Amino acid sequence: MSSYAQKRGFLATLWDYLTTVDHKKIAVLYLVAGGFFFVLGGIEAILIRVQLAVPNNDFLSADMFNQVMTMHGTTMIFFAAMPLLFALMNAVLPLQIGARDVAFPFVNALGFWMFFFGGIFLNLSWFLGGAPDAGWTSYASLSLASEGKRIDFYTLGIQISGFGTLMAGINFLVTIINMRTTGMTFMRMPMFTWTTFVASALILFAFPPLTISIFFLIFDRLFGSQFFNVEMGGNTIIWEHLFWIFGHPEVYILVLPAFGIFSEVISIFSRKRLFGYASMVFATVLIGFLGFMVWAHHMFTTGLGPIANAIFAVATMAIAVPTGIKIFNWLLTMWGGSIKLTTPMLYALGFIPSFVIGGVTGIMNAASMADYQYHDTYFVVGHFHYTILGGVVFAILAGLHLYWPKMFGTMLNETLGKITFWLFFIGFHLTFFVQHFLGLMGMPRRTYTFLEGQGLETGNMVSSIGAAFMAVGAIVLVINIIITSVKNQKVGNDPWEDGRTLEWSVSSPPPHYNFKQLPLVRGIDAYWIEKMEGRKEMTPAEPLGDIHMPNSSFIPFMISFGLFVAAFGAMYRPDYSWGLPVLVGGLVITFGSMLIRSLKDDHGHYIKKEELMDDSDKGVQA
Amino acid sequence: MKRFTSWRLFLLSALVTFLLSGCGEPYVSALKPAGEVAQKQYELILLSTAIMILVILVVTVLFVIVLIRFRRKDDRIPEQVEGNTKLEIIWTVIPIILLLILAIPTVKGTFALADMSGTDKEGAVVVNVRASLYWWEFEYPNEGIVTSQELVLPTDERIYFHVTASDVKHSFWIPALGGKLDTNPDNVNSFWLEIDSEAAEEAGNLFYGKCAELCGPSHALMDFKVRAVSREEYERWVEGMKAVTEPKEPETALAKKGQEVFNEKGCISCHAVTAANTAPAEARIGPNLTDFGERAFVAGILENNREEIKRWLRNPEKVKPANKMTGTYEPLTEEELEALAEYLMSLKVTE
Repeated sequence: MSSYAQKRGFLATLWDYLTTVDHKKIAVLYLVAGGFFFVLGGIEAILIRVQLAVPNNDFLSADMFNQVMTMHGTTMIFFAAMPLLFALMNAVLPLQIGARDVAFPFVNALGFWMFFFGGIFLNLSWFLGGAPDAGWTSYASLSLASEGKRIDFYTLGIQISGFGTLMAGINFLVTIINMRTTGMTFMRMPMFTWTTFVASALILFAFPPLTISIFFLIFDRLFGSQFFNVEMGGNTIIWEHLFWIFGHPEVYILVLPAFGIFSEVISIFSRKRLFGYASMVFATVLIGFLGFMVWAHHMFTTGLGPIANAIFAVATMAIAVPTGIKIFNWLLTMWGGSIKLTTPMLYALGFIPSFVIGGVTGIMNAASMADYQYHDTYFVVGHFHYTILGGVVFAILAGLHLYWPKMFGTMLNETLGKITFWLFFIGFHLTFFVQHFLGLMGMPRRTYTFLEGQGLETGNMVSSIGAAFMAVGAIVLVINIIITSVKNQKVGNDPWEDGRTLEWSVSSPPPHYNFKQLPLVRGIDAYWIEKMEGRKEMTPAEPLGDIHMPNSSFIPFMISFGLFVAAFGAMYRPDYSWGLPVLVGGLVITFGSMLIRSLKDDHGHYIKKEELMDDSDKGVQA
Repeated sequence: MKRFTSWRLFLLSALVTFLLSGCGEPYVSALKPAGEVAQKQYELILLSTAIMILVILVVTVLFVIVLIRFRRKDDRIPEQVEGNTKLEIIWTVIPIILLLILAIPTVKGTFALADMSGTDKEGAVVVNVRASLYWWEFEYPNEGIVTSQELVLPTDERIYFHVTASDVKHSFWIPALGGKLDTNPDNVNSFWLEIDSEAAEEAGNLFYGKCAELCGPSHALMDFKVRAVSREEYERWVEGMKAVTEPKEPETALAKKGQEVFNEKGCISCHAVTAANTAPAEARIGPNLTDFGERAFVAGILENNREEIKRWLRNPEKVKPANKMTGTYEPLTEEELEALAEYLMSLKVTE
């Protein structure tokens, strides 16, 4: 009997998550799905390092290596780093600006399901004839030459999830512009909100070029167009431009929110307001702007000529200035502060030297003439792992520990958290520092093996040993999550005790509607101001009243599922007669669901004032 | 201040030079430059590394002080500082100056390396490079000859390269001689390199070249070699190549048998054994073998000896996965392999 009840309970929960439009639950969905893909990408990374541990290894075949390497990059960028950041944004951002949800809760759910089905579609390639094998950049000549369906899994999967990302970006933009509570002016917004805002603007401008280039590639491969086919007058360099016009801002889409998380962490655990807040905002916006001006530094060896190379070199160097401002601001935030070495703070402290190394090697890459040597070697692999792992992944792990109580109402174990950090930190530097030298010593990137007698043996072995450290660190993290979830010790509003912004003023996890009464913001670090004046909670900005909330809906799932089905149809249409009907059928599901959404009125529901008064303060059952 | 900075820069670059020297093998490492281009790039690498280490040092010092001095000891609430305009201006301006120090040589060097003005000069060595899955062809248009897999180049003069690809993108890279240039199927890219004779001697007069752009399964194995020789030796090689207008008649009986196998099994339909560049590029579908016996490596990666040649011909797929030669010929018997190896090793032009 009890098992029946449990099963129903599970199904009810599942249905709840399949239909939810609540930003907090969508955050959990992003976290679980992103975490799953992160593990996949991590396993792929380990396979790569096992293969490259010794020269002439045959652990992976050349063909299999290219698939694993391509999927590692694609998965980590599109299906791990971005969704994990979206998880944190969804969990925290509406709380930080004092909103009850994002501007478009329905679109928020739609964005998640698009990403999810895109990721599943891409990874099904492993079971359906092989995974993409042209690198995460999928350069046109090679991606056109790749046989079978491999690249089609890449293009269609990325396309579907890209729609989701674009929606998420627009949603955050509108939310931040329109949904700030009384007194939350732009220049009082927490830094994580600011960076999310700029990153979302970057998504808005960077993803359309990706969408276009991916469509070109889809059409070339599936419908016989010739955008990139040189023999038919196409041009492969156009792909490089379009891809990097997306690809470089993408780096900042990832790293700006990371900066935001570290700004919060450093400020909280130094017990100081962010040093030079205005210049931090300015630097963030400037990085976002310059991020669009530098894409061709990925193409210094393409043959654009010295004028283009020189211009893009100097433009790229310029980005170092606002980034440097940020680093010094963080250091000065800690200066004179009261630093507590919690797990999130350890990640922030580990981030600063790691990211400085990643940043300065970025400047070295910007020196176009020298980059002719670095380009497409392990030097570049070392460089971007320092920025993406040392920047973005450290930030995600810091954010995960920091906001875990806010998301789940319980704290991750600090001892295990610190063990994870040290394993990760040591493993990370072991793996990637030596790669700079490997590159300069003549090792191109994306090579499935290397030959003996070229002085590359030691470096590669060291690198592989480092990867093992990180793998152990990840396992400790998983153990930590399991232990924490089983114990499930509930914590209060402000479990770190030094919370400064609005999210720490509500219960952990917050009630469905976030704020019973929207709070009044009186300055930067709104909750800190109230705390310092001896108050325990925010001053309300409105009288207690009915709260309007959106209804759950299964339609986002169906819209995305339709595209998932249609993608299979489009992919198999040239080979099988059932392809076309499946393509049409999938689109019917998608557009039919959209039609239902448009025609059926859904006014949401109200949480009555009386119910709100019944809930004893903050004791709200979540 | 300025002088202090440049003094520190000097010390740092000395330190960096010390650290970086001894990195990698002289025939394949960008840190062991063996020519003008690689040297320029190496100097810029050193300069940028020095500046960057300076930045890292400043950050590290601040970082360590912060970590030691400002750990939480009691429950006090620190002063909530808003910012400091003077400091913020300083850490905006100093990086700009450092970047200018780096930007000037970068721009200058970028233009210097793109200077192709010597291409048309009388006697200039020009090489048309064509990359294919997974081998390299080198055409010397002025001399009217073609070779593959192993470049023969004179030292101490500029060599002008025009590079392209016949299938997918590759990238032409000789780490010890200079940075890379992509070979696009769309267009011809041009640049120059130079080999320093003394450095070449240290590297055994043979440099490793690589493909640096992912091009398929055997991307990692798409190597080629550069034989650095004196001007006289180079001219002798060119004359030798030019002299092979008809397939060379083998001397030994075994080699003769090898030649028969070569012709009957269809090797000759893809692999020329004469050096003239009269056939159009599209018709040159396999590496030219005219001077095969003098090359140091088979297929760019195996040592050139009887056993390795036989290993390559027995099953090329095992040596270079997804190469285009696999399956284009009937399996060879051990006798035929022996004869073919003998024949191929006899293909020499400078003796």
